[in-house]
Amino acid sequence: MTDFITGGLSRRGLLKGATALGAAGLILPASVRRAMAEPKKGGIIRIAFASGNTTDSLDPATWDSQFVQCFNTARNCTLTEIAPDGSLVPEIAESWEASADAVTWTFKIRKGVTYHSGKSLTPDDVVASINYHRGEESKSAAKPYVDPISDIKADGDNVVVTLSGGNADFPFIMADYHLVILPSADGKIDPMTTDGCGGYVLDSFEPGVSVKMTRNPNYWKTDRAWFDGVEILAIVDAAARQNALMTGEVDVIDSVDLNTVALLGRAPGIKVLPVAGNQHYVFVMDTRAAPFSDANVRQALKWGIDRQELVDKILQGYGEVGNDLPIGRQQPFYNTELEQKTYDPDKAKFFLKEAGMDKLDVQLSVADSAFAGAVDAGVLYAERAAAAGINIEVVREPSDGYWDNVWMKKPFCASYWGGRPTQDLMFSVAYSAGAPWNESFWDNARFNELLIAARSELDETKRRDMYWEMQSICANDSGTVIPMFASYVMAHSDKVGIPEVVGANQGMDGLRAIERWWFA
Amino acid sequence: MSIIWSMISKRLALGLLTLFVISIIIFGATELLPGDLAKNILGQSATPETVAAFRKELGLDLPAHTRYINWLLGALHGDFGTSLANKRPIADLIATRLSNTLFLALYAAAIAIPLSLTLGILAALYRNSIFDRAANAMALTSISFPEFFVAYILIFVLAQSGWFPSMARMDASTTFTEALYRTFLPALTLTLVVTAHMMRMTRAALINLLASPYIEMARLKGMSPARVILKHALPNALAPIITVVALNLAYLITGVVVVEAVFVYPGLGQLMVDSVSKRDFPVVQAVALIFAAAYVLLNLTADVLSTLSNPRLIHRK
Repeated sequence: MTDFITGGLSRRGLLKGATALGAAGLILPASVRRAMAEPKKGGIIRIAFASGNTTDSLDPATWDSQFVQCFNTARNCTLTEIAPDGSLVPEIAESWEASADAVTWTFKIRKGVTYHSGKSLTPDDVVASINYHRGEESKSAAKPYVDPISDIKADGDNVVVTLSGGNADFPFIMADYHLVILPSADGKIDPMTTDGCGGYVLDSFEPGVSVKMTRNPNYWKTDRAWFDGVEILAIVDAAARQNALMTGEVDVIDSVDLNTVALLGRAPGIKVLPVAGNQHYVFVMDTRAAPFSDANVRQALKWGIDRQELVDKILQGYGEVGNDLPIGRQQPFYNTELEQKTYDPDKAKFFLKEAGMDKLDVQLSVADSAFAGAVDAGVLYAERAAAAGINIEVVREPSDGYWDNVWMKKPFCASYWGGRPTQDLMFSVAYSAGAPWNESFWDNARFNELLIAARSELDETKRRDMYWEMQSICANDSGTVIPMFASYVMAHSDKVGIPEVVGANQGMDGLRAIERWWFA
Repeated sequence: MSIIWSMISKRLALGLLTLFVISIIIFGATELLPGDLAKNILGQSATPETVAAFRKELGLDLPAHTRYINWLLGALHGDFGTSLANKRPIADLIATRLSNTLFLALYAAAIAIPLSLTLGILAALYRNSIFDRAANAMALTSISFPEFFVAYILIFVLAQSGWFPSMARMDASTTFTEALYRTFLPALTLTLVVTAHMMRMTRAALINLLASPYIEMARLKGMSPARVILKHALPNALAPIITVVALNLAYLITGVVVVEAVFVYPGLGQLMVDSVSKRDFPVVQAVALIFAAAYVLLNLTADVLSTLSNPRLIHRK
């Protein structure tokens, strides 16, 4: 049913045509371009998201859609913040330092921060907020990130965190959108509270419909939160969302339908904002199961996919070719010397022969809930791989319950990753042996050894060498085909001012569009 | 008249039984669906431990029959519980959406029913004329398009020109006339979708009767065609027309999720779809019962009206 509404496959042609009609009707001559202006205060921004759901909740353990993530990021603060350029900057933590082995981390908590209710933020709140995601009772999606914390306690104005092993990137974890700081009492937070210490005060929240917020007059940041107020709407239907932007009923939309993005961009007063990020679409093999247990078969499948074609046809050019690495090109320690894989049926054949096969028959399970266009991508993959003697049978799985029944259950299936700000996080979450989301069940001894060594290595050069070697191993040996990096494609009215550098770690300017953008 | 009252009370009792059976079926069906709320909320980021903790918190670790009985006991006391997903009382979640859904359904019905009856009667009156053919062709065309396509066409023609808003947003401060204006496009979409069915049933029922001897008698007496149809044919054709109107009304209440999505209208349909896809059982149950109750009550009303329209049934010996 969801497919039907959001423009699933069978209806896509019609939807596309209908939106095309809609967009064409609006094309008027002469559009006015505004020069980039300095941020200034004022105005009510109206944003429409594709992802709002009537089951959305205020509980930070469950924030699973951009709708809730974005408005809660505006309502709250985290210890650290990922700046638009990908570096880490202070938020509630004024500064932080590590012990030499990167096991103990001390965060100095900012003074004078108050919640919307007027209560002051204390180091105890920080401890309680992080503890909410830890431990046996935790149902939080962020639990695997905070599991390595063996102890966390307040010490005067500081919060001291002890890890079970060294981690040079630990402060990056504290920027995760789940790990917001909420007021606490007796060492516990109320996860359903509407309070927060962010730039916007929550006025109303109607799950799956709308959110209204007004600026927090006591916000401690002076160069943020320009809008007087925010109205957020959930508009699930892609055509309705674009229509709302074109008729001026909203100012910003996320998840632009790539099939009609060209038409939208031509509408007057509308700007399309693509941001190349770390979000990538993958085809993942179970490396424990034959034939994928043979590294040569995995190589053959990696050379038998036409990456450029997928970027052109599935992403309509809004993305980059992937190199079987879950790491974005703009991320630190990206291995620039690694050979870019291309579509090469001869090489694929060669690797098949190495595996002792003339041809290969595999089933690829796909559904559009893995990523938009996954079914089409699977079909294109099968078309191209056939030339290398690889016969891929594309199995269309139901979108409903995909993550439950197909992902990590079927030996070869489609999946996606939003990406992580650091290599260590990305690799630890999905590529290290035994990690709960190691979707390919990949277990490479050298890789795992390097991962742990690099994690606590504070020497930049040594760290770089280790990450480069890991990337080389990952690209050639892992069970994950990563053909493309999908840009976040948003659109906004030209009345909205956008900073020159837009955060790429997540959609909507790293979820912080509400406090970073302004009305020009 | 007593025959009507005994029928109503019998049917209401049966209706309650139906609702009970439906609640069991819905519960069984949600149980059969793969996955549960914990897994669906956590999605790709679920780990076995977090899912287990989440289930425990929600009471999903209890056996199915215990959960059903707990729900049933609450429902019998008028407490439909809280949404598993966001802990809000279901009564609150549903209240505004139910009134939105009913408003839109009644609005569409207020346009569609008079329109289709008039068109149907005229079509029967001028059978096989240009008017009859044109009305049929238009009605069949609009029913043949998928709803969202009709909606997009209307948005293209009527919303982009600025005459009507493309988003039917409602909140507490919306006045009645404003609401009529904002929801005009969804109501018109639904009208286009349901008119054909009712109009053609009206036409068919009338034409069927026009072949009977008593109509021929009326004609031979020299009555005008309009009088023949309105006075003699229509009262006898009411039963099938009422039934089809009731069916369409029920559809307007229960089946409009696509129209809700296109016009961003917060109704029950979207709530139902979201709750099913996340397996939020208490919400699914409550919405399903509302939908079922709508069918039961509308069918009952249709039967009562049909009976009333037929003297042979009221004055049974």
